[in-house]
Amino acid sequence: MKKLVKPALLSDPELMRARQRPLEHRHRKDRFFKRLCQGVSSISALVLVVLLVAILLQGIRTLNTQFLGGVADPDPTIAGLFPALMGSVWLLVITMVVALPLGVSAAIILEEFQPRRPVLRRVHDFIQLNITNLSGVPSVVFGILGLTVFVSMFGLFGNEQNPSYEVGATYVDQFYNEGDFIIEVPIADSQQEEVVPKEGLAAFTHDGEPILVHLLGDDEDWPEDLALAKRSLRSWDLPGRIKERDWWYFRLPFGRGILTGALTLMLVILPIIIISSQEALRAVPSSLRQASLGLGATPWQTVRYVTLPAAFPGILTGAIIAMSRAIGEAAPLLMIAGIVFITNAPGNLMDDFTAMPLQIYNWAGRPQKEFHDLAASGIIVLLSALLTFNAVAVILRQKLQKPLS
Amino acid sequence: MTPLTVPPPRPKAPKSVAHEASLVAPNPPAPSMPEPAVQLKEFNAWYGDFQALHNIQLVLPEKRITAFIGPSGCGKSTLLRWINRMNDAIPGARATGTLEIHGKNILGSSTDVVALRRQVGIVFQKPNPFPKSIYDNVAFGVRLHMKTTRAELDEVVAWSLKKAGLWEEVKDRLNQSALGLSGGQQQRLCIARAIAIGPEVLLMDEPCSALDPRSTAAIEELMFELRESYTIAIVTHNMQQASRVSDYTAYMYLGNLVEFGATANVFENPQCQETEDYITGRFG
Repeated sequence: MKKLVKPALLSDPELMRARQRPLEHRHRKDRFFKRLCQGVSSISALVLVVLLVAILLQGIRTLNTQFLGGVADPDPTIAGLFPALMGSVWLLVITMVVALPLGVSAAIILEEFQPRRPVLRRVHDFIQLNITNLSGVPSVVFGILGLTVFVSMFGLFGNEQNPSYEVGATYVDQFYNEGDFIIEVPIADSQQEEVVPKEGLAAFTHDGEPILVHLLGDDEDWPEDLALAKRSLRSWDLPGRIKERDWWYFRLPFGRGILTGALTLMLVILPIIIISSQEALRAVPSSLRQASLGLGATPWQTVRYVTLPAAFPGILTGAIIAMSRAIGEAAPLLMIAGIVFITNAPGNLMDDFTAMPLQIYNWAGRPQKEFHDLAASGIIVLLSALLTFNAVAVILRQKLQKPLS
Repeated sequence: MTPLTVPPPRPKAPKSVAHEASLVAPNPPAPSMPEPAVQLKEFNAWYGDFQALHNIQLVLPEKRITAFIGPSGCGKSTLLRWINRMNDAIPGARATGTLEIHGKNILGSSTDVVALRRQVGIVFQKPNPFPKSIYDNVAFGVRLHMKTTRAELDEVVAWSLKKAGLWEEVKDRLNQSALGLSGGQQQRLCIARAIAIGPEVLLMDEPCSALDPRSTAAIEELMFELRESYTIAIVTHNMQQASRVSDYTAYMYLGNLVEFGATANVFENPQCQETEDYITGRFG
């Protein structure tokens, strides 16, 4: 090899000095951009702090046990968040129970069992593209979807008032007699005709005591005897039909119940869970997979014993982020539940419900200032839940994240 | 089953023969050691509470190749990465004592690591070219430090690639992605990239451990070329490589510098039993 001549740029001190980017200058730029980034990031932190402080100042006074335990009321001094709080808890639990297995399975299929045949590959890519797109769809659109799919089920099973299938419901025809006693007559199903009072009809008092109805003549005097008065009816007494639901009450179509709300929220967060789980799975080095496959593990065994455990912290973090999204969603629930006046916590999957964001929205929209304070208190509760979730996500990530290679 | 084919014998590079002769005793036990390029005195280094290096006294002679050998975890790489303060990026890493480059202690916080790293280049274990063209990879460092004309830049890029022995292979595809090169070519590209900014010291952290023998031979040959102009420190797990390429060898164990001397001496007449055991493969 012939002797190489070192270029002037690396050997001629004068040229080197002339071409030099001065270190001082470069360091100044370095510092400038560092400060700039610090400044910009502190602006976002500042905005958050201002928001939190403002909300705290407005809502902390009304945030008490009365507020947490009370129910919606036209009087702001006694109105509370309890049904909304419980509604949110129900929603969240059901949403996660449904969304997590679905989302993680979808991610595993998409990430770990990629098809090799070109046709299937194209299907796979199409599904992947759709999931990516779905994650950007506004949540109110999912609300409309939930309305047609879950609330009415395309009208295939009758309507909410007259469901074609239900379990866990008992119907009674209820009479108020002249002595202000309640007499309840159990009936088989909602289709049965109204009960007509007659002598010896098997019934119950409101306390559940079995009685036989005594039919009073049209011009007969009201009996003095209390026991008789308790079971007396006139022939013209008309019943009101009452539906009592057990906790396992279930119907088709779902109607505007809490299950519908949860399934709709599931639609909202499913793409988030799938994508974050996919990313967690993708972050597992392929050398680990190869090690497992190389030992003769089936793809499923590899997923079960190697990939999934390694990706678990990431999946968990994604799930918690998705939970915080779900608990704060108002738009799709608005489509399902609307602004209904709810005064009790949900008792079964089909119960009407409200949730914290809905209740806050409701209060914030009222003219009285007292309700705005209540809304601020509600926001404090909602934000505490959100921040707790995020903190848990961060802690879990730090605790569980082990080096993978 | 495909029949096994025997590859034709590889013509031995005439150069390597010449090298081998000179390699056995590269610098017959240097009567007068060259000027020290890097000098460590009472050098200790920690990762958090773990002391990785204990009281190292060492001189890297100028324009010579010094090899660091020793079992994994003995602190070779740590030492190497302190010489251009790459350990600054590791949280909890700290060092005491002095580490002088041409007589100037670089351990203090007043040291400008940007300037230092221009003076002390580093090549890593795995080739890590940028996902840019071959030309831009070499020009990257130059552009960081200098504002040049296109012609000057071309000249430096060509020179660096020639110096790194890569020019003939890539001169027709300088604008293609560096990721299309083979592993050995990528590593030589990384060396070209390192020398393009005119460093004085070149640190090599197991530069051949991810490469095949032919690429390794090319890199070793290259190191021999570079020896004329640069002080080179190389960490290697390959005893043959250490004995082939280096002028001086340092044997380290558990964070201590056990033995240091001219390579021929260390390999043929080690002073410590440990060194001999390690070199002969009885240990490590």
